[in-house]
Order: sequence, then C-alpha cells, then structure tokens
Amino acid sequence: MLSGASSFASLVDDAFFFILVVSIIFFVGIVATMIYFVVRYHHTRNKKVKNIEGNLTLEIVWTVIPTLLVMGMFYYGFIGYSDMRNVPDDAMKIKVTARKWSWTFTYPNGYQATALTVPQGKAIKAEIESEDVIHSFYIPAFRVKQDAVPGRDTYLWFRATEMGKFDILCTEFCGDRHAYMLSSVDVLPQEQFDRWYANTGKQEISGGADLSKTGEKLVTLKGCIACHSIDGTPRVSPTFKGLYGKTETIYTDGKERQVRVDEAYISKSIKEPAADKVKGFENIPMPQQDLSDDEIEAIIAYLKSNK
Amino acid sequence: MSRHAVADAVRTQESYLDVKGRYSGLFGWIFSVDHKRIGLLYLGSVFLFFIVGIFLGLFMRLEQLTMGETLMTANMYNRLFTLHGVIMIFFFIIPGIAGTMGNFFLPIQIGAKDVFFPRLNLLSWWLYLAGAVLALFAIFSGEGMADTGWTFYVPYSVQTGTNVTLALFAAFILGFSSILTGLNFIATVHRLRAPGMTFHRMPLFIWSLYSTAWIQVLATPVVGITLLLVILERTLGIGIFNPAMGGDPILFQHLFWIYSHPAVYLMVLPGMGIVSEIIPTFCRRIIFGYKAIAWSSVGIAGVGTLVWGHHMYVSGQSSTASIVFSFLTFFVAIPTAIKVFNWVATMYKASIKVEVPFLYALAFLFHFLIGGLTGLMNAAISVDVHVHDTYFIVGHFHYTMFGGSVFALFGALYYWGPKMWGKMYHKKSAVVALVLQLIGFNMLYLTMMYMGYQGMPRRYYDHLPQFHDAHLVATVGSWFLVTGLLMMIGTLIHSIFKGEKAPQNPWGGTTLEWQVPTPPPLENFDVVPTITSGPYNHKEEAE
Repeated sequence: MLSGASSFASLVDDAFFFILVVSIIFFVGIVATMIYFVVRYHHTRNKKVKNIEGNLTLEIVWTVIPTLLVMGMFYYGFIGYSDMRNVPDDAMKIKVTARKWSWTFTYPNGYQATALTVPQGKAIKAEIESEDVIHSFYIPAFRVKQDAVPGRDTYLWFRATEMGKFDILCTEFCGDRHAYMLSSVDVLPQEQFDRWYANTGKQEISGGADLSKTGEKLVTLKGCIACHSIDGTPRVSPTFKGLYGKTETIYTDGKERQVRVDEAYISKSIKEPAADKVKGFENIPMPQQDLSDDEIEAIIAYLKSNK
Repeated sequence: MSRHAVADAVRTQESYLDVKGRYSGLFGWIFSVDHKRIGLLYLGSVFLFFIVGIFLGLFMRLEQLTMGETLMTANMYNRLFTLHGVIMIFFFIIPGIAGTMGNFFLPIQIGAKDVFFPRLNLLSWWLYLAGAVLALFAIFSGEGMADTGWTFYVPYSVQTGTNVTLALFAAFILGFSSILTGLNFIATVHRLRAPGMTFHRMPLFIWSLYSTAWIQVLATPVVGITLLLVILERTLGIGIFNPAMGGDPILFQHLFWIYSHPAVYLMVLPGMGIVSEIIPTFCRRIIFGYKAIAWSSVGIAGVGTLVWGHHMYVSGQSSTASIVFSFLTFFVAIPTAIKVFNWVATMYKASIKVEVPFLYALAFLFHFLIGGLTGLMNAAISVDVHVHDTYFIVGHFHYTMFGGSVFALFGALYYWGPKMWGKMYHKKSAVVALVLQLIGFNMLYLTMMYMGYQGMPRRYYDHLPQFHDAHLVATVGSWFLVTGLLMMIGTLIHSIFKGEKAPQNPWGGTTLEWQVPTPPPLENFDVVPTITSGPYNHKEEAE
C-alpha cells in the first residue's frame, strides 16, 4: 500500500475507507439480492409472476437512507478539505515554480533547488505558480494536490509525519515530457533539516570560483535540462552536449540559415527564445527566462565545458 | 375496406429494408428520411468509430506493457489518448444510443410513424458525417492530431502546434448534430404520441431519451461557444482564456464542464433507459416503481447540470465553490440509487428468462454499481484531492460510461437487433463474448482504480517502477476485453447476414415495437394504435 506520510493521510484514507465500507456493503447486498432473485424467480421455478407496481414505503426508505449516508460522506470529505485549505500561521513558505517540464523550489532565504527538502512535523506552505501551461503539484504519499495555473497563485500545505523520500509528480497534462516532470520530497528530522538549511545560505548562484560549475547548477535549477539533455540523449530540444561551437541550421523569421553556436548566439537564444528556431525543433516553444547577464555568462561557460 | 382487409394489409406490409424509395442502393440509405434507416446509418458510423477507438486504447495499453518507450514516442502517445477520448466521447457514446436505438425506437415506442422533423433528422446524421470528415482531416493534415487530451485545457491547447483548431471545429459541428437530435426528440415526444399515450404511459426508454434531449439542447451550445472561443483565441489572438493575453484559464474549465459534466448523464441516461426496458421484459412482469424510475431520469438530468465544479476541486477555484459543488454532487447519487433499487425489486416474484440481453442488463448493474459507488469517493472533496487526475478517475469513468452505458448499448443490440434487421444471433458465441468482456473489463479497470489510489497519474506516457506489475495486469486484461468486443461485433455481423429469421416478438415484450412486424414497415403502423394502459403489462399467469 501507498504510505501515508503527512497529517492529511489519515484524514483522506479514513474518509476513503468509510465510503469504501458503505459501498462494499451496498454492492455485495445488491448483487447478492440480484443473483438470489435470478435463481429463485427463474422461470423454471416460478411460472406465476406478481405484478407489484411499487411500494411507497420502500421508495421512501431507499431515498432517505442513502441521503443520510451521502451527507455523512460529504461531511467527511468536507472536514478533511477544510483542514487542507486552512494553513497554520507558523507554516514555512516555500515557492513552487512549475514549468515544462521541471519544478523549482525557492526557500525563504533565496535558496533554490529542484528537489524539495522539508523538516518532519513542521507545517509547510507551498505557494505554487506556473511559468507556462497548467501543471499540478502532487505528492501521493501526503495526499495533497494543487494545480499550478499561469497568472494565478495557488497554494497547498502539509505537515510531513514520516521521514523518507517521497515522489512529487505532475498530474495535469502538460506536453511531451509530462510523465517525466518528477521530483521528490526528502523529509528530515528538524535538527538535521536546520543544519542543512543553515548551509544553503552559502550557496552562490553566480560569480563562484568555477563559473562552469555554476552554469551547470543553473541549467538544472531553471529547468533547461527537462528539454535539453546534458549527455546527448535525444529529447524534445537540442542536447547541450557538444552544442558550443557546432554549426546549426536555424530559421529566423521563417528564413533558413546556418549559424555557429557562439556566445552571442546563446545569449540571444536565452533572451529571445522565439527569434531563432533550430531546424527540426521549430515547433517547440522555449519559455522566456529571466536570467541576469552573470547567469548567462555562467551558462555559456558551462556549455563550453560540455564537449 | 373491411377490418379484415386492413389486418391483411398490415401483415403483408413491406419491411422498411425492402421499400423502394426515390433512390436505391447506397443513396437509398444516405438520403433516406426514414428514422429506422437513419438509426442504422448511425449504428454503422458509430461502430466504425468505436472499433478505431478500441484499437487506440489497445495501443495505449501496449505502450504501458514495459517502462520507457515500447511502441511509440511520447508525442504519439499523447495524440493517441486525445484521439481515443475524442472518438469515444464525441463520435461514439454521445450519439451512440440516442442516434441509433433512440432514432429507431423512439417513434415506434410512442406509436408514431416517424420523428417530428424527418429531414432535420437526416441533417443530424450528415452533420455527424461532416464532423467525422473534418476530424479525419485534422488527423492527416498539417501538424496532425491534437495532443491536448479531449478536454482541450487552455493555455496548453492555445500553445501547442498541433491541429487543435480543426479538431475543435469538428467537435463544434458534432455539437450541432447532437442539438438537432435533441430538438427532434423533444418535439416528437410532445407532438406525436399515439392517442392515449400519456407521459406516464410512455416506456421508460422514452423518459430517458426525453431527459437526455433537454441536456443536449440546453448544454451543448455552451461547449459549442467555448470551443469557438478557443478557435478565435488561436487564430486571432484574442485573450479570453490565455493568461499571457489577460485571459483566465479557469474560466475555460468552468465553461467546458458546464457542458461536459451534464454530458456524462447524457451518455448514461439512455443506457439506464435500455436497462429499464430489458429488465421487465425478461422478468415477464410490470416494472417496480415506474414513476420513481421515470422521474429520477429527470432528477438526474436536472441535478446533473449543477455539479460541474467537482472536476475542479484542485484547479484553483475558490474553496467555497468546491464545497458547494461537492454537496450538490452527492444529490446525483440519490435518483441513481432509486433506479438501481427499483430494477432489482423488479426481479422479485418475477419469472425470469435469462437471455443475452438480460445478462447484459445484469452486467450493466454490476459495473454501474462499482462506477457509481466510486463516484461517491470522487465526490468527497478530500478524497478527490488525492485521486483527481489519476488512474482512479480513469477506472471510475470507464466503469460508468463503458461498463455501464456501452454495455447497455450492447444489450440493446441483442434485444432490439432481431427487430431492427429481422435476424436472431448465435447465442453461445454471444455468451462467450460477454464472459471475455467481463473478465477483461474488470481486470483492466479495477486495476486502474487500484493504481490510481496508489498515485499513478493519468495521461502518463511512462510509469514509475512501483506501478509496473499493475500495468502488466491491466494490459493483459485489455487483451481479453478486446477479444470479447471483437467476438461480439463478429456475432452481431453474423446475425445480420446469416442469422435465423426473427419472429415478431422473440422475448415476449409488451411495448409497441413488439406489436409491429419484424422488421417494421416503412411507417411502422398502418393504423396508429390507441393506448389504454402503461407499457409493461405482462400477464400474471404464464402461458
């Protein structure tokens, strides 16, 4: 069975099992009655039928009882949901950014990562946004899900109760690599998390000692590698491996031309992704990225190093 | 003419299949305004699409046989599930029962010679055909079939380079076909009932078609306009739904589901109507709770228009809206439960003949119970937050739509087929096909629901290792299911061409279609009958 690793898990599972038990009782009862009738009143056993037109008492009984039961089900679903929508005041806010086809998590101190790390037992509020189409942020083990909608801020919150690593999935169809828009959430004990989090402050996005290493981090963080592989694997966009210095056939305003991939070309492609389209990939839209000149410089350094 | 001579004339009347009209051959069909011929035109067309849809589904299952790429690229897979959804919903289920069984039997069951607007009826089929041609064009021209899923969610559908515009336009045209059929049925029920055929003497199939027709007329225009707006957005760049141009993507979802949720009742109500016909016939007794079943159809159609927001619990709509929609959704369960209880009660003190149509009615009940009860789980908000957009939903709606509605249509083909083409079917192969379908169906969709609760998202080209075993079971189930379906289609085709001649009333049915010759003559009734009692008047003493 799927583990229940958040404070919502038992709420959702209890509501589910309540409905499941009621359903099984009804299902078994109705199917058994049906089979019994088919056997008992088979024409070989019962030649004389009784034309009963109906029974008001029965109609009332089987209207009222299901009504009461479903109201109970509604209530169960409702209390769980109310809990999901009311975020505790002390929740730690983490920004979740979705894009085709990757996740970025931004912590209050500015630290960014592509996988989520959270402390056990503390409320976490995920403030969700999308850069392109609709995605959906889903952690099955926590029983939480919320769409990431462009132009609209959404949120969810959870309190992880169990340690371990759990899947994060995208559940709103978003294109070719929808099934690979995966990440994970690592639940650590509070002290271990505190130590980890204190270290994250030292992370420098740009201007570090080894510029190409920074660039490598950036292409992961900004989601570039969801489409551009770094090891030559074919994906929906040209691979980064051996890209620098290569000659590509591109379309500019519909006109075909040859271009050598150099610093100027890369810089322009990041700033104006729609200007030049590489032949064979002309229908894949690349999202506009908000990168500083330092960051672009780091990415160029990285591309130079990935031969 | 003496009374005797009239009776003779009726007996010697030519079957609608043999009547020579203005045209003969193919034209005699595609330009015929006879509701029976149009019913068969629909039957041929929807089953053609159904077979295509089956294979698209099978290919999707085969892709999930192994992890990673098995048969096709992710992009191809995305197009396949879009096409599977579009075909099964717009080209198969929506016109599937109303267009085929409805066209054929609505006039006969109420004692009419045809529908109220016979030419409009033919136009409906032609619009259906036009939609089909456009859809084919959308698949094989330009960038090819859309890859958006049948829901066409914005902004993905505005951004993708695939042929979304044409696919939307095809659905738009089909919408008109559906509206016209609905309009025709409403007019027919109101204007053409035989003398004495009061509303409460109409067969329950008519009640279900009548309720469905109102949904078709009132809800379809909403989706038509919505799809048109997406087309305008794509072609003229008007920002209605696309947030990049100031639009609201959630608005699209609201407008889409305002139609598409009632549409699921539009798909299942006629199936319920069929079951309400089959059960009393094979129980050989009056149906239990006629008025409860009749008015619950209206109830489902009514409440069903107020619950669309349950598709959007996690979309970003307001929490209050979600709670209200959840509350309302549970009220659809009540009329549905009433129907089920009354059907089962009809078997009490009956004299049951177990024939293939009755077995399909039982299969309908079995699947529909599972589909309906899992619907309660989806309606409960906190549970739905977890299972939304997972295989749980896919399993659930296949239980209701396919295991429910479509199995009822299969039952109808065996029940009414003998009347429609005048030939009986081979019983043994029909039963074997049903058994294969039952095994395959439950292996496939029960497994899907299990996977969904474990967190397997829908519309995934690939799967994580923890889901692999279940995917294997589901795929093997699909092989049984497809074998059963093909065998059933084979059995039906065999019955049409090689079956034994069917008697006028093979099942001892009491509704009007069993009192006209097999196959019926061109105008059904030589003398329109006068109705003096309700539809299921079986004698208490068996002959």
